[in-house]
Amino acid sequence: MQVKTSTQKMYFSNILLGLFLSFISFNVFANEPVVAHDSAHADTAAHAATPAAHEAPSEKFDPGKLILHHIADEHDWHFFTIGHFHATLPLPCIVYTTSAGVQVFSSSNFKNEHHEEIPYNGFVLEHGKIHAENGEKVYDFSITKNVASLLLSAVLLLTIFIGIGRKYKENPHRAPKGMQSMFEPIIIFVRDEIAKNNIGEKHYRRFMPYLLTIFFFIWFNNMLGLIPGGANLTGNIAVTLVLAIIAFFVTNFNGRSTYWTHIFAMPGVPKWMLVILTPVEIVGIFMKPFSLMVRLFANITAGHIILLSLVSLIFIFENAALGLAVVPFSLFMNVIELIVAFIQAFIFTMLVSTYIGAAVEEHHH
Amino acid sequence: MELITPDFGLIFWQLIVFGILFFLLAKFAWKPIIQSLAEREQSIDEAIKLSETTRAEMAELKAGNEQLITSARAERDALIKQAKEASDAMISQAKLDAQTAANQEIEKARVAFEQEKASAVAAIRKEAASLSLDLAEKVLKSQLKDKAAQEKLVTEWMADVKLS
Repeated sequence: MQVKTSTQKMYFSNILLGLFLSFISFNVFANEPVVAHDSAHADTAAHAATPAAHEAPSEKFDPGKLILHHIADEHDWHFFTIGHFHATLPLPCIVYTTSAGVQVFSSSNFKNEHHEEIPYNGFVLEHGKIHAENGEKVYDFSITKNVASLLLSAVLLLTIFIGIGRKYKENPHRAPKGMQSMFEPIIIFVRDEIAKNNIGEKHYRRFMPYLLTIFFFIWFNNMLGLIPGGANLTGNIAVTLVLAIIAFFVTNFNGRSTYWTHIFAMPGVPKWMLVILTPVEIVGIFMKPFSLMVRLFANITAGHIILLSLVSLIFIFENAALGLAVVPFSLFMNVIELIVAFIQAFIFTMLVSTYIGAAVEEHHH
Repeated sequence: MELITPDFGLIFWQLIVFGILFFLLAKFAWKPIIQSLAEREQSIDEAIKLSETTRAEMAELKAGNEQLITSARAERDALIKQAKEASDAMISQAKLDAQTAANQEIEKARVAFEQEKASAVAAIRKEAASLSLDLAEKVLKSQLKDKAAQEKLVTEWMADVKLS
């Protein structure tokens, strides 16, 4: 009972935090360590709760574990479990060790017929990570749930946009039709409101393919993540890290003299001020993509945490009647998340184009 | 902590998949889309400009036509007016001529009548004179037949002379 009330309290605060995060998308960076701290807390709390859970297995519902399981990556795609039936799609594991080289096997090998975790071929799957039993370093290139979802979204994006591209090639002067007319306003929005406004008429065209790709990549994956059973791809720090690194290189490789002058020798500032200003500007170069990484990760993850927390409330209180309140509210939150999915894609693309805009800006004083 | 520790494998796949995705989309999707959007916008712009110039030309043409019509109308009016004036002048001239002719005729007739009248009056006067002479002759002849009455009359006249 004591444990239960503490978990309740914790999850209420988590919900509040999540709400807070989802509404203050620009300020998320400052809150980010709190999220990490909190989820770490959730983890330890979950661990603290496990002794009790071990004594009475499948009695205690642990929302922390459930939520972290849902937002984390896994080696097989688990959809749902009813009693002893586990609807799971096994995915290929690709691991490399210096002694055994590359090995490819199905993730179903890690489970026995009672759905218990077992070692396979010298590897164990622990907390969603593959370790070698002999303690050797394992390079894990597995097609995890997130990688599978990534590939799926890539196929989806290619099918849709290459199809649309072909239509444009066939009748370039005809009015758009079907899928084309659905995406054309969004493409024009990215071009006119994001690229042209921030990069400028002269250079924007060069960056259009990149900006359109990140916009639609983030948007599609945000939405795919909202489908029940979908992977939390854009809420994964590795994915946002790669997107941020690409943004970093695109920005700095296109930096012109004005951009670098503004960093190393800000014009119109007393010389001694540069001692303070230049280090700040240099930190800024790295902080910009870092904030991109954290913003997208935290917003999407927070959205998932809120939705899962709301549904978990029913199981925490063990009261189905609560569903009358929770279901409409989670529906509402889901709609908000659909908007957030678009907004986060927009913000990411928008900020990248402002960084590019600053980089390609020409001297005009 | 696990949540904010990037997975090496996912970084690897994300880099590769995103790279390929970018390359394929840029080549087969974004390039034709952006190009044909720009082309379409340009052609729409041109069509709008063309329609505007056509409209301006039409307006100019219409204005020209109207001017032509007004000038033609003015010319016609002037012509009609001129013709009317000419005809009026002709009519009035004809009237005047007719009047003069008639007046001359009347004058001539009057003069002839006057002459006729004068000659007739003269003839009547002559006739009357001869008639009265005849009558007087006849009266005188008849009266002079009675001598006693003559004498009496003379006597009366004589008496009157005495008085005066």
